[in-house]
Amino acid sequence: MLSKLTQPFRTHQWLVLLFPALFWLIVFFLIPLAAIFVYSFAERGTYGGIQWHFTLKNYGQSLDPLYLGILWRSILTGIISTGACLLIGYPFAYYLARYRPRGRNLLLLLVVVPFWTNFLIRTYAWILILRTEGVLNAILGSVFPNAPTVELLNTPIAVLIGLIYGYLPFMILPLYASLEKFDRTLIDAAKDLGANRWKAFVNVTLPLSIPGIAAGSVLVFIPTVGAFITPDLLGGGKVDYIGNVIERQFKTARDWPFGSALSFLLMGIVLAATVIYFRALQGQEET
Amino acid sequence: MLKRMLLGLILTVTFLGCGGEQNRLHVFTWANYVGDEIRTGFESEFGVRVVVDVFASNEDLLAKLKSGASGYDVIMPSDYMVAIMVKENLLSPLDLSKIPNFNNISGQFLKRDFDPENRYSIPYTWGTAGIGYDSSVVNPPPDSLSALWDKRYSGKFSMLDDQRESIGAALKLLGYSVNSTDLRALAEAKAKLIEQKPLVKQYKNEADEILGSGDVVMAHCWSGDAFRAAARRSSIKYVIPKEGATQFIDTVCIPASAPNKAAAAQFINYLLRPKINAKVTEFTKYGTCVPAAREHLPDALRNHPGIYPPEEVLNKLESLRDLGEFTRNYDRAWTEVKAK
Repeated sequence: MLSKLTQPFRTHQWLVLLFPALFWLIVFFLIPLAAIFVYSFAERGTYGGIQWHFTLKNYGQSLDPLYLGILWRSILTGIISTGACLLIGYPFAYYLARYRPRGRNLLLLLVVVPFWTNFLIRTYAWILILRTEGVLNAILGSVFPNAPTVELLNTPIAVLIGLIYGYLPFMILPLYASLEKFDRTLIDAAKDLGANRWKAFVNVTLPLSIPGIAAGSVLVFIPTVGAFITPDLLGGGKVDYIGNVIERQFKTARDWPFGSALSFLLMGIVLAATVIYFRALQGQEET
Repeated sequence: MLKRMLLGLILTVTFLGCGGEQNRLHVFTWANYVGDEIRTGFESEFGVRVVVDVFASNEDLLAKLKSGASGYDVIMPSDYMVAIMVKENLLSPLDLSKIPNFNNISGQFLKRDFDPENRYSIPYTWGTAGIGYDSSVVNPPPDSLSALWDKRYSGKFSMLDDQRESIGAALKLLGYSVNSTDLRALAEAKAKLIEQKPLVKQYKNEADEILGSGDVVMAHCWSGDAFRAAARRSSIKYVIPKEGATQFIDTVCIPASAPNKAAAAQFINYLLRPKINAKVTEFTKYGTCVPAAREHLPDALRNHPGIYPPEEVLNKLESLRDLGEFTRNYDRAWTEVKAK
């Protein structure tokens, strides 16, 4: 039995095992991606269709300072959200990983519970909290009766709050997964060798949790850079992010080729940023 | 026993399936547009089941039909979208001999440039984009688009999050057409909107929500939304500004791919009966294109100046036209406003 399990698979066995994933990736990921890539070199038809004339115009237009500026704002938002999720999520995941096993599952459940409600509805809930006559101002007003109301809704700060709230679980779960496997006797060893708690954390725990940090960061960074629903709802449509510009190309502007080019530019930049980030983390891991 | 139950189930499903497809009408429309009363009324009179499916924007409708969605018998695109769909060969020409109630439609809505011969579309309801306001706060009542640039209401009003409508409002204020394809006029409108932006609380299309809840005291909005907000907060009023406004006409069409064109024509004819047509206005709070329907409306709606504006106001309305490739310039101007 055991020997059978350890035997290497033959090629056709691999194919059978990989078929569901391959099928999924090809049909729902590669083919649509290829379509967008092809669109990005086409021209917008007069009525919004696609005209099959090869052009680089869409990419040229994407590099206009107007769109690059919006792209930069989106990337910055992604970086801030990722950083904030890491700062909030790491201590929590650390605490969770060291919590007694029986209560741990309950705490983990609490991290996942928000997913039972639709993302859109949870974002709407933030509107109720942040609006002028909302929950936040009601609480602040009862504690500090004379303070002016806080106007957060329809600002970039509200967008950040919504993004950090929405993506925090994607940071906590991979962090927890890597911290939970962590062998705690390594800390004792570090202490035996004269390290204080902080030093033991920085030199032992932190480097060993880098895979979790990397996975969590990617899971938060990529969707927050391209987000368009949260900015729409919590930003009141007053701040444009690259996701909003792309969405508009596919809807009101009906300029699919330009929207496709912007999508590819965004993907390229995010991919480059991810690779650089991974390299840097790998460097950290090795030192 | 189990076998027999299964057999029964299969037979039932098969019968339902067959009978259903023949006698089914699939209507693809806006949310809150075809009331239950109309649906069930048609069902019981003609013995055809009406299945209603909804879309959120004209662009969604276009995207669905272009990507090959078929099975819809009746669709309800707005004016400029009809022109696009005709050019994309998505609509089926109408046989007006099957729609005798076509004669009930006011000439004012016929032969518009989106479908000059009404070969493909039947005007259904219409509305405007003007100013909704809370009359208990906004005093004196606004009569001009310049109210949307008034610093007194800074942070207390919203604009439509729609590039054609918002740029259109700025163009109108400056005395241009909402369909202007003059780059200089567009640049002026853009500057006007950038000047306005710090005053705007938010850009939002569903103004009924925020006007009704009191989040804003004034909104650049579609007429029906203001009337729906008024149902929640009675001090909400609606005005068509003196500079004029955009008018939209929603139409009823039969897609080229419709499986049940006969029932579709029957349904359209039914909608154009004055008595049924009045129910449309009662439900949507938009004016309909059948003048005789007005007699069947309750007084409050029949004499509502926002739903049925007087002649001199009607003359100042302008419909949005699809601007083809020039759309790109509007989108860029709007992106520049949003990027500030």
